[in-house]
This record gives sequence, structure tokens and C-alpha cells, in this order.
Amino acid sequence: MMNRQGRPSTPGEASSGAVDTVLGHRGLDHEEALIFEQGQAGRSGVDLPEVPAVTSRLGNLARKGPIGLPGLSEPQVVRHYVRLSRRNYAIDMGLYPLGSCTMKHNPRLNEKLARLPGFADLHPLAPLSTTEGAVEVMGVLAHWLKVLTGMPAVALTPKAGAHGELCGIMAIRAAHVARGEGETRKRILVPESAHGTNPATAAYCGFTVDPVPATAEGRVDLAALKAKLGPDVAAIMLTNPNTCGLFERDIREIAEAVHGVGGYFYCDGANFNAIVGRVRPGDLGVDAMHINLHKTFSTPHGGGGPGAGPVVLSAALAPFAPLPWVVEKDGRFALVEDDKGQSFGRMAAFNGQMGMFSRALAYMMSHGADGLAQAASDAVLSANYIQARLSDVMTAAFDGPCMHEALFDDRFLKDTGVTTLDFAKAMIDEGYHPMTMYFPLVVHGAMLIEPTESESKESLDEFIAVMRRLAEAARAGEVDRFTGAPHYAPRRRLDETLAARKPVLRWTPPAPAQAAE
Amino acid sequence: MRYLPLTGDDRAEMLAAIGAPSVDDLFRDVPEAARLSGPVDLPRHLGEFEVEQAISAMAAKSRHSGVMASFLGAGAYRHHIPAAVDHLIQRSEFLTSYTPYQPEIAQGTLQYLFEFQTQVALLTGMEVANASMYDGSTACAEAVEMARRVTGRHRVVLSGNLHPHYAEVIRTLAALHGTEVVSKPAAPGGEGDLSGDVDGGTACVVVQYPDVFGHVTDFTALAKAVQGAGALLIVAVTEVVALGALVPPGAMGADIVVGEGQGLGVGLQYGGPYLGLFAARAKFVRQMPGRLCGETVDATGRRGFVLTLSTREQHIRREKATSNICTNSGLCSLAFTIHLSLLGEAGLVKLAALNHARAVTLADALAGVPGVKLLNQSFFNEFTLRLPKAAAPVVEGLVARGILGGVPGARLWPGDPAADDLLIVAATETNSEAEIAAFAKALAEVLA
Repeated sequence: MMNRQGRPSTPGEASSGAVDTVLGHRGLDHEEALIFEQGQAGRSGVDLPEVPAVTSRLGNLARKGPIGLPGLSEPQVVRHYVRLSRRNYAIDMGLYPLGSCTMKHNPRLNEKLARLPGFADLHPLAPLSTTEGAVEVMGVLAHWLKVLTGMPAVALTPKAGAHGELCGIMAIRAAHVARGEGETRKRILVPESAHGTNPATAAYCGFTVDPVPATAEGRVDLAALKAKLGPDVAAIMLTNPNTCGLFERDIREIAEAVHGVGGYFYCDGANFNAIVGRVRPGDLGVDAMHINLHKTFSTPHGGGGPGAGPVVLSAALAPFAPLPWVVEKDGRFALVEDDKGQSFGRMAAFNGQMGMFSRALAYMMSHGADGLAQAASDAVLSANYIQARLSDVMTAAFDGPCMHEALFDDRFLKDTGVTTLDFAKAMIDEGYHPMTMYFPLVVHGAMLIEPTESESKESLDEFIAVMRRLAEAARAGEVDRFTGAPHYAPRRRLDETLAARKPVLRWTPPAPAQAAE
Repeated sequence: MRYLPLTGDDRAEMLAAIGAPSVDDLFRDVPEAARLSGPVDLPRHLGEFEVEQAISAMAAKSRHSGVMASFLGAGAYRHHIPAAVDHLIQRSEFLTSYTPYQPEIAQGTLQYLFEFQTQVALLTGMEVANASMYDGSTACAEAVEMARRVTGRHRVVLSGNLHPHYAEVIRTLAALHGTEVVSKPAAPGGEGDLSGDVDGGTACVVVQYPDVFGHVTDFTALAKAVQGAGALLIVAVTEVVALGALVPPGAMGADIVVGEGQGLGVGLQYGGPYLGLFAARAKFVRQMPGRLCGETVDATGRRGFVLTLSTREQHIRREKATSNICTNSGLCSLAFTIHLSLLGEAGLVKLAALNHARAVTLADALAGVPGVKLLNQSFFNEFTLRLPKAAAPVVEGLVARGILGGVPGARLWPGDPAADDLLIVAATETNSEAEIAAFAKALAEVLA
């Protein structure tokens, strides 16, 4: 076919092989230099008014040398970050089955509302008479969290899940100290399947970490747990649903047993999204639990934060909550910044992650009590659907229904020459972010798949078809597509060993070229 | 429900594939007594318009910095954020991605983190910086923990002019480890040399630059004394824009520099999310908390970036980790790095000069109000006034005149009568000369 100027309008005899391009770009996939390699002194992307002449009062500490920052105009800066953005996978692009991380849709309404100046342009130390709207959001959010968990109190300030764990364990520690047992209760029980943050938090707070083994069914071994209980146990830190994606059936017996020896039950609420609106942790005997607003209530993960980790507390622990608090009186909310009571202190400057509170509240109000329960149901249904449709070609780690995530091990890859890592990298070529791999540690070559409630059935079916084909390919000996993967990402496999052995953690200017002789 | 794609038919087909009679059956591991029989006592779902109305009505109850002239600082500063910043951080690929655990499809995040670490190292004058902490106060407390690890000592000296919230966070965490914390008294007129407070058991001295009252102090001699005693000097910077005008802490000999990065790109947000900056000497890098991004190559030799030195971290080392931190402030570090890239060297230097000039004008104007005393010889964009009466009611009087006129001492040092008549006032590029004149006039009226 030719158009009227004689130009071919069909592809013709195109070669399918790769070609080297002049600058290394590949069509829409641009190579992008570091911003330090692009700028020129004197350029700026910001126009500022002239600086009035004043006598400096910098105390003879005016900066003497240059900082070393590059100068760029706004179009250059915008292009740089747009090009970088295109080298990232994102939930807005496709299914993001990263188990334990809950990559669900982030509604854009929430972004809009968080930017209302009544929240976003509010100074944390503004007179309390001017910040009523923000404190109301905190108060209403607190109410929703308390009702959803069946717990009487909530500390809003923790800035992420791990910070919430710290808050909960510090409250537990303070409670033991208050009853004169601070010196004797030095041990915290942590199941082997726990997130790394759990033992790290317990150790950070000065406790000894005592691991609790799992049963062959992927749950806490109740008998082994009971054998470890004693008067020196401060608490148990237990994730429920657990990191294998299973509900701990013996949860109430575990709580009773720990309470029976005077310990507290800290629940890692990372997986609350599986049960929100259907089960209240307060009915399970929980004393403290953090809630990742960036998981269950869909504040965006932002490439690694910011998150928010409010902690719900039982009546026994509530008096020890960190400052500041929100209190309600006659339908109005107030912030308490100063208290001479039993609070264990302050975990961070100011009032917590306000920007996450407004987003999470918008998510909750949008879903309502009915929609939140439906979201949990759909998340669990979708994970079970994946588990059911893949179990004949992959190997499910445990029998029976899972909760919001399906856990597979690497038995199906035995003798194929393909590892869990290779399998994950091959998923990248297929257009997916890999699942969580090699976690939880209690399963060999773990693959933890969390689809969330945000996926349509069509999307789940496509994913299942890809996973089935990959599993078959591995067993059919198509090793190259795995060990060489990813082939179609902005980078092939990266050398992490080199990065750790010879750390290069910042850009440094190239050494000046040798002067010509 | 607009966010849930599954239809009733989908659900039925999926249950059939699973072989389960109902979704309730999938929850059969939950003890029966703990299964709710109906929805919890909260409102039902709402449309987008209704949610927007309800939450906007709450926002409208705040009187924010956009409708009043704002002179608030004390750890959080109002700067103009270029429109491109908020546009770029809302790109889906940044906003809706996770921590870059799969580096081949996260080079966007990893490259900006590498650039961010470089910017923070340059600003602070340090050799290495991490990929961010929650905020300045938690970064500061983590720096103290790091100093304990590095020195094996358990005594910490806090400047009295360290932001009291920062000091409180340090004391809260120190209580976990039996660390001895020596908290010096606040010195509104400027603090003397702390060298005499350092002994052979001291792990670190923590100072703020500029300090909470705004004073700008040279810590070069203190750094020498501290290091001479085998301890570390930690310098906290709560107003990062100051580093565009001032000698960096690294040049004065700091061992660890922590900071609040909120002033660039992030905004006020009623206190969070903010951005913890953390920089140190290279020899301490394996004791640092938080994520680090490093350069490497891919299988074809092309430059790329990965998270590295993760054997310090909780997901590898568990109870032996340097910190329990996992999520940090990724998107805030992106906002910071974009804002700083837009400013560039020339822009940041000019922005800092403009802030200083506005503060000088404001200080002179307010010090001219009868009965008001300026306590600072030196400052960047913030200083402290001693008023002839308690400052908190004065601040309320200023609110009635449309001015957020500073942070009263009683807000930061509640219960300390010596702080009652102190007012900490900041000026930035967002304050016009007209606002400054109006503030001086209003202060004179309120004090009259």
C-alpha cells in the first residue's frame, strides 16, 4: 500500500532484531541522566522578587562556598521527573500483587480533599482556636477506627506501621512499669512468620525476642506458645490474619493464655484489610493494634511512604498513649498537647500524619460500614480465587481457604533450574509487578500474592492465565525466559552485590580532566 | 460501590471455581463468636459529591495560613511551593508505587532517591545521606540511638535550645534503654558553650542550628571538644532553607546532621507527613538507620540504582536491625527534591537571602513596638521576642486582627513561667512588606 505521495503505509520488511540507538533511548523509554549531570549554574526554575538590601544578621556564619546544586528551568525539571516516572511500575498501571503490602486503588477524591487549605495550609502550632476543622477530622477518624476495631481508644500520632508497633510496645512497657513489673517482664514472644519490624521493635524497646514456632498448618503452635509463657513475658506480637494469609483460629485461646500470665496481646494490624467491617479485633482479646492507613484505608504508598500507623488501645493501655490526643466534648473536638498523667511521652513533633488522616477518612466515608465489609469480602474472595485457579500448576503452601493473600512455595519449581527470584523477574516481562518473594520466612521460596479488592474478574483471569503459562514454561524447561529476565524492563537484572560491596550512595562531580600538555 | 469492580455474577462464578458455598464460608477460621452478623454502627457508603461536601465542611472550620498573614515557625515553615511540584508528585507512577523492592521496574523512584541523597549531603555538608526518615524529630531521636551504637556510651547531652518536641521524643525513646539524658535549660537569649557538659561517658551532644529561638551559633569549637572526648556532635536543622544562607553543619565538624525537610516541597499539613533528613560521615554508614539507595550496573553494564546495605534493616536483620523503620517519607522526599531542583543553586541562595531580609525587616519593625524586646543578636528567618505580658493571649488578640503572629513560649514549654512572655516569630518569602507593617501595627494595638 502506498499513500498519495508514494510513501508506504504498511510496515514492510521490518527487522525484528534490536538496534543500537544513538543516545540509548528506546522509543518511549528514555535514558535519563542524573539531574546533576544536566544543570548549568545561573539557571533556575523559580522566579523570586529582588532581595531588599539589609544588614546581615547571620552571625558571621554566611555560607562561603557554593553548595553544588545544578540549575535548571521549569521545562527541564518537569521533563526530568516525567521521564523518571515512566521507569516505575504502579498500581494505576496494573495488578500489583505484592503480598502483605496491600496495593489497592488510591481514589483521587482523597488526594483532592487532603489538599484543601483548611488541612494542608495549617501550621501545626497555629492557635488551637484556628484549627478546629483539622482536629475534627482527627476526631471523626478516631471514632471510625474505634468502632471498626471495637477498641475504646486510639493514638493517632504514629507515622507508619513500624512506628505504631513502637507506640503499642511502649504503651505495654509503660503499663508493666506502672504496676511495678517493668524490671521483671523482659521477654516478648514473636512468631517465626512475623514481619521483620516485630522483632526489631521489641528489641528496640529493650525486650528479648523469643520466637514461637509455627505448625505445619502455618499457624502459631498453641502448645509451644503455652510452654513459653511465664511471669517474665511482657507481651506477644502476633499478626492476624497472619503473614501466611491465614486467620489464627486459636486467637482467643492465645489471648487468654497471654492474659493469664499477665502479658498483653499486641496485634500487628498490617492485614486488617482482610477483616475490616466483618471482625473486630477488640472481640479477639487484642490490647493494642496498629492500623496501616496506607494499606487498609488506601492512602497512597508513594514509592515508600509516607504512611500512618494509628494504634488502637484497650482500656488498660489507653492511659499510657502518647501525646497529643484528641478529646471530644459536646460534639466538639479539642487537641490535648500537655498532660501530667501517665502518658509515656511524645513519639514525634506535632500532631501525626494529618495528610493521611483526611485521605483515610474520605476512603472510609466513601465505602461506609457496608462498603468496607464488602471490600474485605472481595479481597478475600479474589485471593481464594487465585489460590484455587493456580493450585494445580503451582504449589499452595497450606490447605484450606486463605484470607486476603494466597501463599505458594517453590516446590513446583523443583529441578527446573528456575528459582522464585527468576519466576518473579519473568513476571516483569509479562507486565506485572512480582508478588512478595521469600517472605514469610517459614515457607521455602515463598510467593505471597495479594490481589486486593481493586481487581476486576477480567484482570484476575488474565493474571491467572499468565501465572499458569509461566508455571508450565518453567516445568517445560524454558529456563532462559526466567534466568535472563527481565528482558523488557528499563534495566536488566541489577547487581545488588556490587552495590553493597562498593557503596556509591551519592553523585560526585567527575574529576577535572587532565590539562592538555 | 464505585471502587469495587466485582459484580454479583463475578462473585458467584468465583465462589463456584473455589468450591465454596459463600464468602462467609471463606471466613470459617474466624471464631464464630467474633464474626459480626451485620454492619458495624457507622454510616453507609456515600457518593463522591457527598463525601467532598462533608469533608470540605470540616476544612472550612479551620482558619488557615492562606487567609491570615502567617508568621509561624518553631519547626514548621510556610514557603511557596511551585505548582510543578504537586503536579509531578501526583503522577501515578510515583504516587501509586511501592518501596522499590524490584529495582528493574522502580528506576524512577531509585534515581530520584539517589539524587535526593546527594542533595541532602550537599546541603548539610556531609558525606552520605539516607533516603529519608518520618520527620525531623524522629530523625533526631534515631541519630541519638546511632551515637549510642557507635560509641557504646549511654549519656546524652541535649542543648536547651533544641526544639522541646525533639527533646521530648529523644527522652521518650531514651527511657527504653536506660540512657541518661542531660537536658540543659532553655536559653532564650542564646546558649553558652556546652563543651563543659561533655565527659568520657558521653555518647553525643545534640544542638540545633539555627536553634529553637532562632540564634545562629558556630559549633566548630564544640565539635572539636565533643570529638576530643570520643563523643559525636549531632546537629538538628528544623528550617532547611537556612542551609541556603548558612555555613553547613558539616563544615563545622558535625558527625551527624538531621533535619526537617518540610520547608521544601512538602508544606505545613498540620504537622505531617513531613520529611526527616539524615546525613552522616561516611565511616558511620553501616550504623545508619533507614533506607539507602546506591548505584550499580545491570547485566548489560548500564548504570542503575538499587536499595543497598540492607543488612542494617529489619526485614533482613530482624531483632538485630539498626532501627525498626520500614516505610519512610518517599513521596515527601520526591516533593523536596523536585522543589530543590527547580530552585537550583541560584534559586535556593536567593530564596534564603529573601527569607533573611524579610526577617530582618520584621525584627526591626516588631522591636520598635513599645515594650517589645528582640532577644537575638543573630538569626536566619526566625527570632524570639520578650513581650511585656504573657504571649498566648497576645497571639489570640492578633488572630482577631487576621494575623498568626508567632508561637507563644507557653505552647512549647507548658508550665514553665519563664517562657510565658516569649514569642517565637518567623518570616518567609510569603510575607509581604505590607503584612509585616500590619503585624507591627496590630502588635502595638494588642499590647497597648
